[in-house]
Amino acid sequence: MSIEVEEKTPAPARAGERDRLHPEPRREPLVFERSGRGKTGYSLPPLDVPETLAIPKALRREAIEGETEISEVEVARHFTRLSRLNFGNDEALYPLGSCTMKHNPRTNEEMARLPGFAASHPLAPEEVSQGALELVWTLEKVLCELTGLARVTLQPAAGAQGELAGILMVRAALEKTGNPRKTVLIPDSAHGTNPASAHFAGYKVQELKSNVRGTLDLHVFEEAMTEDVAALMLTVPNTLGIFEDQILDIARIVHAKGGYLYCDGANFNSFVGIAKPGLMGIDVMHMNLHKTFSTPHGGGGPGAGPVAVTERLAPHLPRPTVERRADGTFTLDFDRPDSIGRLRTFLGNYGMFVRALAYIAAYGNRIGEVARGAVLNANYIRAGLTGVYHLKYDAPTLHEVVFSDKKQAAHGVHNTDIAKRLMDYGFHPPTISFPLIVRGALMIEPTETEGKPGLDAFIQAMREIARECEESPEIVLNAPHTTPVKRVDEVGAARNLILRWRP
Amino acid sequence: MLRAIGASSIEDLFASIPAEVRKSPDLPAPLSEIEIRRFMRGLSRKTANARETDFFLGGGLYHHSVSAIADQMLYRAEWLTSYTPYQPEVSQGTLQSIFEFQTHICLLTGFDVANASLYEGASALVEALLMAERLSRKRKKAVLSAGIHPEYRETVRSYFANLDLEVVEAPLGADGATDAAALEAAVDEKTFAVAVQSPNFFGVVEDWNSGSRAAREKHALSVAVVAEAVSLCLLSPPAVGLADIACGEAQSLGVPMHHGGPLLGFLACKTEHQRQIPGRLVGETRDKDGRRAFCLTLSTREQHIRREKATSNICTNQGLMALAANIHMSLLGKHGLREVALQCHAKAEYLKGRIARLPGYRLPFTGPTFNEFTVEAPVAAAPLLSRLAARGILAGVPLSRYESRDTNRFLVAATEMNTKEEMDRLVAALVHERGDLEVPPDPPEAR
Amino acid sequence: MNPEDLHYTQSHEWVWIDGGIGTIGITEYAQKQLGEIVYLELPEVGHIYNADEEVGTVESVKAVSELFTPLSGEVAEVNKAAVEEPGIVNDDPFGDGWLIRLKLSTDEEIGKLMSAEEYAEYVREEEKEK
Repeated sequence: MSIEVEEKTPAPARAGERDRLHPEPRREPLVFERSGRGKTGYSLPPLDVPETLAIPKALRREAIEGETEISEVEVARHFTRLSRLNFGNDEALYPLGSCTMKHNPRTNEEMARLPGFAASHPLAPEEVSQGALELVWTLEKVLCELTGLARVTLQPAAGAQGELAGILMVRAALEKTGNPRKTVLIPDSAHGTNPASAHFAGYKVQELKSNVRGTLDLHVFEEAMTEDVAALMLTVPNTLGIFEDQILDIARIVHAKGGYLYCDGANFNSFVGIAKPGLMGIDVMHMNLHKTFSTPHGGGGPGAGPVAVTERLAPHLPRPTVERRADGTFTLDFDRPDSIGRLRTFLGNYGMFVRALAYIAAYGNRIGEVARGAVLNANYIRAGLTGVYHLKYDAPTLHEVVFSDKKQAAHGVHNTDIAKRLMDYGFHPPTISFPLIVRGALMIEPTETEGKPGLDAFIQAMREIARECEESPEIVLNAPHTTPVKRVDEVGAARNLILRWRP
Repeated sequence: MLRAIGASSIEDLFASIPAEVRKSPDLPAPLSEIEIRRFMRGLSRKTANARETDFFLGGGLYHHSVSAIADQMLYRAEWLTSYTPYQPEVSQGTLQSIFEFQTHICLLTGFDVANASLYEGASALVEALLMAERLSRKRKKAVLSAGIHPEYRETVRSYFANLDLEVVEAPLGADGATDAAALEAAVDEKTFAVAVQSPNFFGVVEDWNSGSRAAREKHALSVAVVAEAVSLCLLSPPAVGLADIACGEAQSLGVPMHHGGPLLGFLACKTEHQRQIPGRLVGETRDKDGRRAFCLTLSTREQHIRREKATSNICTNQGLMALAANIHMSLLGKHGLREVALQCHAKAEYLKGRIARLPGYRLPFTGPTFNEFTVEAPVAAAPLLSRLAARGILAGVPLSRYESRDTNRFLVAATEMNTKEEMDRLVAALVHERGDLEVPPDPPEAR
Repeated sequence: MNPEDLHYTQSHEWVWIDGGIGTIGITEYAQKQLGEIVYLELPEVGHIYNADEEVGTVESVKAVSELFTPLSGEVAEVNKAAVEEPGIVNDDPFGDGWLIRLKLSTDEEIGKLMSAEEYAEYVREEEKEK
């Protein structure tokens, strides 16, 4: 069924037009290349104690040759210009599937910079760090309420570390029964961190083929679920955006064989505030504060990957946990003999906790609106592009949709080319080449923070590109045309590794 | 929009979620921006911090000056709201900044290859050890100096417990540095890595050569660990000390403490090992018009391609923190980085000297220190430090937090941020806390 | 398309047998799947392998593929020119893009390998599943 876009909205200014407005070359030398003898960009107070150098010469270095000599003005120019070679979510839709590129509220940036958070130290005495501990405890409680699970750890630095923590807790629990088991089951649609994390927990990975619907094949799974299997790692909804509606049956099968159901919560944005993983039979689940809970992506990190667990797994939480005493004060509990230990220093990516808690507090009991908006927007895009792009799996999808380049491949154009051409239209491309079960995948996740005009503009752009694939494919094959650099030679980069500047 | 989708209500779109699992959360009503600020400020006020106290805490996390421009630049939307540079054509800013960060780390460590950053110091050590294990082909034992940060060692054990790998610790000598003989004795043909930290957890500067010598004897790899990265600006680089891999925490180079996270792990190594390096790497190349450009490279080692055979399960790096560090290091540069390091050292030497001369207090270790040192008090350290904290002085980290028998010892760190007045105040407070009946006069230099 | 005088494996290696020496490489199909090859990790001369053991890797920008030896033997030679310029494997996978030469320890394993026709059929089945 073809859909007429309701409004004709002007496409965002293309990068080429920006070039005409800003004639300076869109290129910026390395900060080392801007360096020049005698320039300085810093000032320190004079030393108010005697000048001492009590380290033997053999243990000291010479000057740091090659390091910069540069002024503050040049630093300001350099990093401002570099920033303008970047596309960020504040510019236009950034529909990277599985990444949940929602708006990053600026008030959270200010909150994170409050002195009690930005300039405090986790090794200070507990009694003067009560505010910091209360924040951790509060966020944990809130995440328990959202997941319907009993306890949360905020220690893992990112989703992948959270996955490892989760599987390690499963392993610890099974070890207590005398048999850690040998295998973890993972659908072939899973994110690469899943098998990698299982491997680092000391498990062998067995891949489960998805069925024709793109979901878990219950028969295949039931056969694979033996008493040698420690856990099933399931992304809910899966990486195609499809909710495993047989989730209760799946949980039953896992538990019947004494295994654990692990949920990769990367896609929590699709049902947060609407459904609770704890009610689905999920035993352990990691979340991504930088996805569902709006902490900024910052060019690739930092993230934070809290893990929620049932009461049964709670003894194995990483050490220390934050506890609240009867008198209302907060303390760190290190006395946890069954803990899996620690996976990093200190309490976790604290600066992200502040942002996430501020975000959740802004929604409160209306946080379900996040999921509703996300699912509505993704389905709107799905409706707008169905028939234009090939949809391998037909099942209803929630907050993201995965098309493929099959129709366009008939004209010699592939998902990479489409992604590059989208840049000329002023959008960041969707995720390509993932999940692996869809060849030529285009994984689109608009999130709830995109308004209808932005969605319409995106749909319009994708439709025009589809037309270009038929009528003038060279323009797509040679894209991008208007970005600061054109298609980059990634093969050359790998064949001839240059990983640093040399003086 | 619903018409376009063909649904009659948004609820229809959730039909695939079974009714049994639906539940709205029991949370308070939404708060406005003003109310959230009030709430957060309340919590902040209940947390002692370096801006509002005399601050001497270290133990792997340090209070250094970060210039305004380094912080304010992070507010730019193009830096804050972008993501992993998978599409190089629209991410040259991020990619070039990471390339510059990699270069800074190379200049400081003396190596030719550094990655785009790791989560933080402890997991960076784990990654370095796993890298050494891959390169060693079938060896199973890692030797760690007892001078490595206890949380780093605990993290290594937590990871290794499930990987059939052994960890052995080499003790410190009386001077506070790793006992070289014990280290060599611990290394054998089953060892894939020898790891030493400098300055070590107790503040003592170690010789990288001791670790690399012990490793080389038995063809193991030498791993140099750094928790206070400003030390790299004054101390001999790990590559010069013949290490194979350097790793640790770069928070000191432009990242605020943030109550322990987000931080900035780093890893650098010799060119011959580069294909085994974990995490992201940015390489230089050309675009199709011949322009210089940057892109992620060697991604095939990473989890999104190799999956269970990946060198690591890492997905994110610490992009924003690496940018902050890049700006900070670029701004300070060749002269500033050294000057900051010299000031840290001079201030710590002053404070160390004054405390050493206090009757009842002693310095248990004789080895040279950079900006942190161990003090032994005449009374239990943790309660002493709590009393000082109540008076607005965060004087140090009690070792009893990690090792229950070191009840009287604590770590003190000084940086370019500490003034002479603050340090004199700390000394006076330590005198006051000694529990003597008589408070002796201050030593002559202080007057 | 697949030379008739070679034998093939399910992991897309080919082997040419001549007087007790097996020359091993990857097929045209394999190089096409991998894309432009950027790096080769090949075994050391003198190393002895059993059939089906992993002997090295072939790396492209988007994938790393393990290289398996179809037959048992001792490594007599590796293609240093290909290591220098991995693109040779893309350009001429059955000829100049050879990877390893093995001194075969037995001739009883050849029967397990596929003929050119069987391999072509195998690839057709694999393509259908995608």
